[in-house]
Amino acid sequence: MFRHKILPVSLLASALLFPALASASAAQDAPAAAKGKGFVSLRQLKSLSTTADHSRFKELQGPFTSGPQVTRACLSCHNKAGRQLRDKVHWTWHYTNPVTGQKLGKAVMVNNYCISARGNEGICAKCHAGFGRSSPDYDLDKLENIDCLACHDGTGTYFKTVVTPGHPRVRALFTPKKPVPWTKAAQNIALPGRKNCGKCHFFGGGGDNAKHGDLSSVLFDPPRDVDVHMSRKGANLACIDCHVGSGHKWAGSRYVMTVGDPGKRAPGAPRAKATCTSCHTQAPHKKTSIIGIKLNGHVDKVACETCHIPAFARGGVATKIFWDWSKAGKLKNGKPYKEGGYTQGNGKERETYMTLEGSLKYGENIRPTYRWFNGVMRYVTIATKIDPSRPVQINSFSGSYDDPGARIYPFKRMQTIQPYDKGNKTLVYPHLWGDDPDAFWGNFDMGRAVARGMKDAGRPYSGQLGYVRSQSWWPINHMVAPKEKAVQCDECHTRDNGRLANLAGFYMPGRDRWWWLDLLGWLAIFGAIALVIVHATLRIIAARKSTPVKEGKE
Amino acid sequence: MAFGKKKDKKLCAEVVIYTRYERFWHWSQAALIFILAFTGMNIHGAWHAMPMGLAVIIHDSAAIALMTLWIFTAFWNFTTGNWKQFLPFLQVHPEDGRFVTGVKIFLGRLWAVIRFYAWGILKGEPHPYKKTLQRKQNPLQALAYLTFMVIIGPALWASGLAYLLYDLWNDFASAQSWLQIAVFIHTAAAFAMIAFIIVHVYMTTTGKTVFHYIKGMITGVEEVELSEIEKEYLETHAPDLIKDENATC
Repeated sequence: MFRHKILPVSLLASALLFPALASASAAQDAPAAAKGKGFVSLRQLKSLSTTADHSRFKELQGPFTSGPQVTRACLSCHNKAGRQLRDKVHWTWHYTNPVTGQKLGKAVMVNNYCISARGNEGICAKCHAGFGRSSPDYDLDKLENIDCLACHDGTGTYFKTVVTPGHPRVRALFTPKKPVPWTKAAQNIALPGRKNCGKCHFFGGGGDNAKHGDLSSVLFDPPRDVDVHMSRKGANLACIDCHVGSGHKWAGSRYVMTVGDPGKRAPGAPRAKATCTSCHTQAPHKKTSIIGIKLNGHVDKVACETCHIPAFARGGVATKIFWDWSKAGKLKNGKPYKEGGYTQGNGKERETYMTLEGSLKYGENIRPTYRWFNGVMRYVTIATKIDPSRPVQINSFSGSYDDPGARIYPFKRMQTIQPYDKGNKTLVYPHLWGDDPDAFWGNFDMGRAVARGMKDAGRPYSGQLGYVRSQSWWPINHMVAPKEKAVQCDECHTRDNGRLANLAGFYMPGRDRWWWLDLLGWLAIFGAIALVIVHATLRIIAARKSTPVKEGKE
Repeated sequence: MAFGKKKDKKLCAEVVIYTRYERFWHWSQAALIFILAFTGMNIHGAWHAMPMGLAVIIHDSAAIALMTLWIFTAFWNFTTGNWKQFLPFLQVHPEDGRFVTGVKIFLGRLWAVIRFYAWGILKGEPHPYKKTLQRKQNPLQALAYLTFMVIIGPALWASGLAYLLYDLWNDFASAQSWLQIAVFIHTAAAFAMIAFIIVHVYMTTTGKTVFHYIKGMITGVEEVELSEIEKEYLETHAPDLIKDENATC
C-alpha cells in the first residue's frame, strides 16, 4: 500500500519525525511538513535519511571562486554523477522526440516568447545546468562545466549570471550586483527544492510566470487555494516529489507528455511518470456517492487538470498572453525604455512596453482553453515552411473523443507577432544578445539581428524581414486547487458558453440537444396545456349555461 | 372467481377499489415522476433551478427509487391479477356479462368515452362507462395507462439505465452512437411523459366534482357497478371494503 510519492506514516512515526523534519528542512525552502496530514514528502524523507554533512567535507572547504572548481570537488566523490548528466536534457539542451522523431531541445527550438536560445546563449544559458555555454559549440563532454549548485544549492542564495556581458548599451541591466556565493552553496548541498527548480522554471519567457502561466514565484510558498500540493497548509510537496527521477533524469517532459496514465504499478515498482494518477489512481473520487461515481466516469475522457485547475496565473502573478516583437526597439531620447501599465494581483507593476521586447499583454486567473490532446506534441522548427497568411502554430497536437489515448486537456494559449523570413517562409533565430554590434539588444535593428542569427546558425536567410502572427499551446498541469475549488459541473454542462463549448464529437448533457426534438417536445407539452385550457373553458361555459337544469338533477 | 358469468341485476355501491398498495404506488410514482421531470429538465438545460451536480444526485436517486417501485409493482400486478385491468380488449360482455376479449366491444366503448370527453361532458351527459370491480378503468384510460406502462415507462427506464451506466459500456464499439440513441429516446419519452401527466392531471377534474377522482385515489373509494354475486361476496368476505351500499353510479 505504498504510494511512491507520499508515504503514509503512522501517528507514532510522524510524532517522532516531524520535529526532526522541521529542523532538517529549516535551511530548505520546504518548511515543516504538513502537521497531522499523516504523510510527508519523499524529498523530505530522503533529506532526513542522509548520512553525510557536506559542510564538514574537507573537499568542500574552499574557498571557491568559480563554478567548475566546485563541480570538480563534487565529482571527486560523486564520480558517476557527471556521466549521468552527460546525456540528460538539462545539460545537453538536445532532445529527440521518440514518437515523432523531431529533433528538439532548447539548443535548436523556436518559440514565441524570447524566440530562441540559439544565437542568444550568452543570456539564455543563464538557465543552463552548466557554466559558460556561450555558443552552440559547447563541449558537452567537459563535465566540470556541469552546474551542480543550480539544482543542489540548499541555501537558496545561489544564483546564475549571464554568460557573456552583452552589448555595452544594455550590459548594466544584467550585470550581477553581488558575487555568487560559491563556497557557502557548496557546503550546503541538498536535494533539489522549489527554489532550485523555480529559479529557472518560474521565470521562463522573460519574467515571473511569463511563459507557462501555471509556474510562478507564488509557488515558492503558495496559499492552499493556489496549489494544494505545494502549500504548507496542503501537502507541502516539492517539485521532485511529483517529478520523480533517478540518475539525474526527471519525470514530466514537455516534449513527450503523458496523457491518460493508468496509474497502476506493481508493488514496489518505481514511479516514472509525473502524473496525477500515479498517486491518485484513475478512480480518485468517492466510490460510494453518485457524484463520485460519475466523476470517476469522467476520468477516461477528461484530464484531472481540466477540473482541478479552474484557472491559471493565480495567486497574484500574471502571465504573458500577447507579445508584439514588431514594436520592439523604439527609443526615448535615444535610450531604451520601459512602460508599466499592468498592475498584477500582488501589486507589482508589469511592463506593457519594453524597448527590448516590444508590446506585451498580461493576464491573471485565466480560464484555460480546452482541447482534445493525446500527448503527442509537434513543433515548428527553424526549417519548417510556414504559411504567413495565418497564425503559425508553434506547437500542435491532435486528439479526439474517439481517440482512447486522448483527454480533454487545459491549455494556455500564447499569441505573438514575431520576426520571420519573408523570402524563405521560415521562422528565424534573431541574435538578441551579444557584445557584438549586431545584437538587437544594443543596436535595436531586428533585420541585422536576424541576419546575424541565421548566419551564425548556418541557416538560409533571404534578407527580407517580416512579422508573422504565431500561437503556442502550453499544457496546464500546476496550481492544482483544493477540491472544493474545482470546476463545477455547470461550468461545462451548460448551454451558455461553457468551458467545453467548442469541443465536438460527443454528447454532453446540459450542453447538447437535438433542437427539433426539443421543439417537438415543447409543442407536445404546450399542445397538451392548450388542449386542457380550451377544454376547461368549454366545460365552464357549458356548466354556466346548464346550471339551473343541473341543480335540480344532481 | 367467476363474477359476472350469470346475467345479474346491476347494483351500485361505494367500494374501496384501489387497495392500499395501489394507492401507495400511484402517489409515490407521481411524486417521483414530478421530481424526475423537474431535475431531468434541469440536467437537459431547459432551466437552471439548481446546480447540475445536485440535479444529477436527485435525478439518479429518484430514478433508482422509481425503478425499485416498478419492480415491486410489477410483482404486485402479476400476483394479484391486477395486470388484467390494463388489458384494453378484455371487456365485460354487454349481454351475458362474461369477461371476454372483445376488440369490437372495446372500440365501441372507447368511441363512447372519446365522444363523451369531446362532446357529452359539455352537454352534461353522464359518463358512458360504469366502473366495475374487474374493469376499474374505462377503455380510454386502460389504453392510456397501457401506453404508459409498456411504451413510455420502459423507454424511460431502459434508456435511463443505459445512460446511467454508460461508464460501464463506453469502451464498446460505437458506444457514443448508442449513447446518443439512448439519450434521444430518454428525452423524447420524457417529453411524452410530461405531456401525458398534464392531460392525466386535467382528466382528474372531470369527475362529479373537480376533486372527485383525486379523492377517490386518496381514499381508494369509488362508485362501482356490482353484480349481486359480487356484492354478496364482498359482504361475506370483505365487508370493510363496502363504504356505501346505496350509491349512485
